[in-house]
Parts: sequence; C-alpha cells; structure tokens
Amino acid sequence: MTTISNLAANLAGNGPADRVVPPSGFTAQLTIFTAGAMAFLTVFALALSLATGRLAERWSSELAKTATVRISAPAGQLIAQTEAALQVLRTTPGVKSARALDVSEERALLEPWFGADLPLDSLPIPQLIEVIETEDGFAAEGLRLRLQAEAPGAVLDDHTRWREPLVRAANRIRLLGLVAIVLIASATAAMIVLAANSALIANGQVIRVLRLVGALDTYIARAFVRRFTLRTLFGAAIGTVLGAIAISLLPRSGAEGGFLAGLGFQGAGWFWVLTIPPMAAVVAFVATRVAAFRTLKGLT
Amino acid sequence: MIKLDNVSYSYGNTELLTRVSVNLQPGSFHFLTGPSGSGTTTLLKLCYMDLPVTSGNLTIFDQPSVAMTRDEIAKARRRIGVVHQDCQFLDHLSISENVALPLAVSGRAEQYQDLQDLLAWVELTARADAFPPELSGGERQRAALARAVMMSPDVIIADEPTGNVDWEMSLRLLSLLVELNKMGKTILVATHDLNLIRAAKAQVSARVLRIKDRQLQLAGSDL
Repeated sequence: MTTISNLAANLAGNGPADRVVPPSGFTAQLTIFTAGAMAFLTVFALALSLATGRLAERWSSELAKTATVRISAPAGQLIAQTEAALQVLRTTPGVKSARALDVSEERALLEPWFGADLPLDSLPIPQLIEVIETEDGFAAEGLRLRLQAEAPGAVLDDHTRWREPLVRAANRIRLLGLVAIVLIASATAAMIVLAANSALIANGQVIRVLRLVGALDTYIARAFVRRFTLRTLFGAAIGTVLGAIAISLLPRSGAEGGFLAGLGFQGAGWFWVLTIPPMAAVVAFVATRVAAFRTLKGLT
Repeated sequence: MIKLDNVSYSYGNTELLTRVSVNLQPGSFHFLTGPSGSGTTTLLKLCYMDLPVTSGNLTIFDQPSVAMTRDEIAKARRRIGVVHQDCQFLDHLSISENVALPLAVSGRAEQYQDLQDLLAWVELTARADAFPPELSGGERQRAALARAVMMSPDVIIADEPTGNVDWEMSLRLLSLLVELNKMGKTILVATHDLNLIRAAKAQVSARVLRIKDRQLQLAGSDL
C-alpha cells in the first residue's frame, strides 16, 4: 500500500493548490482501494454483458440458418411425400439446400437413445430433411402452407421455438450486466461523495483560512477535486488491469465453448475495458466537485 | 475604502452592534478599542466580510457588500490584509509558505521574490522554514503581519496584534504599522493597550474609535 500511495502522490503533483490542503494518508488509500475494487467488478459485469451479447447474436444468427422438415406418413407414401417436400423446398426462395437424411444418418441420431443395434427398418420412424437457409432466410409461414398442400405429413421446424427463449434469456443477462455497471458507477459516486465530504469537513479550518486570504471557491475545490479524481483514476486503473488479467486467465473450452467459457473480451470489447478508468475518473470529478461547491456555499 | 453606514449586527436575537457608522478614508490610521466582549472583533469581521451585516449599509471599495458575489468577496479580501487575533496559519506549511499563501491562492506566484524582502522586514528570514507551532508569540504576530501585507493591500486590519507580546515587541509591530501607513495604506487596529495608542499618537495622526454599549464613539483627545 505504501508503494501505491507513493505513486499516487507522484501522480497528484506538487502544485500550490495541492500543498495547501494537508495530505490525508489513510483515507486516500481507502479511496484508491474502493475505486480499484469497483473497477475490478466493472470488468466482470462488462465481460458478462459483452459475452451474453455475443451469445445472443450467435444463437439468433447461426440457428436461424438451419431448419428441419419432418415427414411422418404411412410407409407407402413416405417416399412420395419426401420427394414432394424436397421439390417444394428447392423452389422456395431463401432455401440454399435441402437434403433428405439417409438411414445411416438417422440411425446415428437415434443411437444415443436406443443403442447401436436398433432395427430401424422395422420401425415407422419419420424422414428428416435438413434445410440450410441463405443469408436472407425464408418466410416460414408461407413455406409451411405450401408444404401442407404438397406433403400433408411434413412439419417444418425452423428452431424459433427453442431459439427465442434462449436469445431472450441471453439479452436479459446482458441487461442485468449493464444494470450492474450503472449500479457500480453510482455506488462509486456515492462513496466518493462521502469520502470528499469527510475530507472537506476534516479540512474545515484550512478552507476557512484560504477563504480569508482571498481564495476563490474554484481554487479550493480544485485541490480536492484533483486529488479525488487522480486517486480514483489510479485505483480504477489497477482494478481494471487485475480484472482483465483475471478474465484472460479463465479456462477456455473448445471453439464454441459453453456459456461461461465464452466470458472474455474480443476486439472492440477491449476498447470498453480501457474506458473504465477514465469513466471512473469522470464520475469522481463530478462527484467531488458537486460535494466541494455545496460545502463551500455554507462558508463565508 | 471601507464605509459603515448605520450598520447593525445581531447574533440570534442578541444585538452585538447597533447603528455603527464610520468611514475609513484612504491613508487614515484608526484604533478601535473597547472593553473585552464589547464587539471589536465583530466589527473587524464585518469589515472583511467574515460576518454579514444584519442591517444598514456596508460599502467596501465603493461596492455595497450585500450585492457582492462569493468571488467578488474573495477578490476584495485580496485588497484587505488582515492580522487575525489567532493568526490563522496553516500548520502544515512553513512560515514562508504561510506568508506567501495569499499569492499562491490568487495565482500571482511571480511575486515570490518580494517574499524574502518581506521576511527580512519583519526579521523572520532565519525562521522562514520553521512551522507555525514552533514560533514564539511575537514571531507569529510578525509573520501574520507579513502575510497581511503580502498582496500589498490598500487596507490593513489588525485584531490585537500586540495581544501576547512584550512591550518592546509591541513597539516594533507598531512601527511596522506606522511605516505602512506612511506608504499610504489605510490602517485599522483593534487593541486594549492604551499605552500603544499613546505611543502611536506620537508618530502618526491616529483617530481612536471606542465601542461602548454596542455603539461606536469617536474617543476624545484625552488619551
């Protein structure tokens, strides 16, 4: 902590406005510590927001590009209806390709549930058609109507049914992350106002003398505002670096990863991390300034 | 310079000063005297706007005090050097920094070379790096006077500047004030020390104001 406060003292400079207010060792360290802890938490809230944002985007875009048509029909009509459905799909705008799964693929899909030696031939299992969409996608309702006309046993599953709640949940988590950031910023502001107020009260006699020798309010306020802003900036920088290190040390799983393993920053995300210390400093600047001018108004 | 016209000051329901009128002309030398608790310090505080007048008109440098903003008050105080009864130093700063404080807060650091001359004038050069609590009463009073004149003010107000110093030191402080008055400064000194007033009258034409029963009177020449 001594090194930290020394560094802070160097940052704070030795201008006359800083000298006139006596140094305040312990409370200064508390401000630096709190700013650091808040920045550390902000890094995680930010990582959560960005990761869930990415997740929601991936789920809605990747899953939207595939769909499945399931055909359940009496044994005699199955092949004919499959043909008819494929015909419909090939002539539908927005469908890139449509392919009926063969027996071995369907067996592979069912294997985890029924075991390897499933007598597939003897079971009336439905035929599946894998549909890949183009970038623009197709109109699900129109396709459903046309399939019904040509192949009454065909059911289109465009994955929206289970995609939407997932995307909704991811968006909600992202919102919670943003709310957490706002709360952390407000708590930081409240903490700094409390610290600044106690510093202003502790230095009441100094402020009185400064006023008596002709100091303007802005001069007195500057001494406090500068201190708290620099302390917060310094603490937040340390907290942000530690938070970023902690995030980058999180274990990664494979390419897609799970939800938690996706927690991290990519590309522009790092830009937002870099904004944490200056944003914390801006919060401290405004909070101290408001507190200082409010206190000074009460003096002659 | 400073003009009080029917000025009253009350604290709570108690009136401490009633209908005080006095005009401090440029280059004048006034003593303010009166029994302890009669309101001499209060009257001085009104003059440098540490207390607000309750009624009447206080005019400072031709500006009505009620109309002054906080910044205007601060700027007027740079033209009024005050020797406070309790000196009002910042104990974490050295004597030279305390004396130069009015320069520092008004951003006029370029005048720091005057500081050495000023410290020599009050004979505190050797104590420049000492801290206020290390100084004797007389040294503190001289340092306070040095700080009061640092900005080369038009008016110098001193509240019991010889309060806790011996007679020899009182005369030295008085001669510093007389010197300033001869340079054209307006001087207002509150004191209980009638001998000091007598000593001053031998050197300058000083007028004596006395507070009695909350009212300000011009004392006769019987002192």
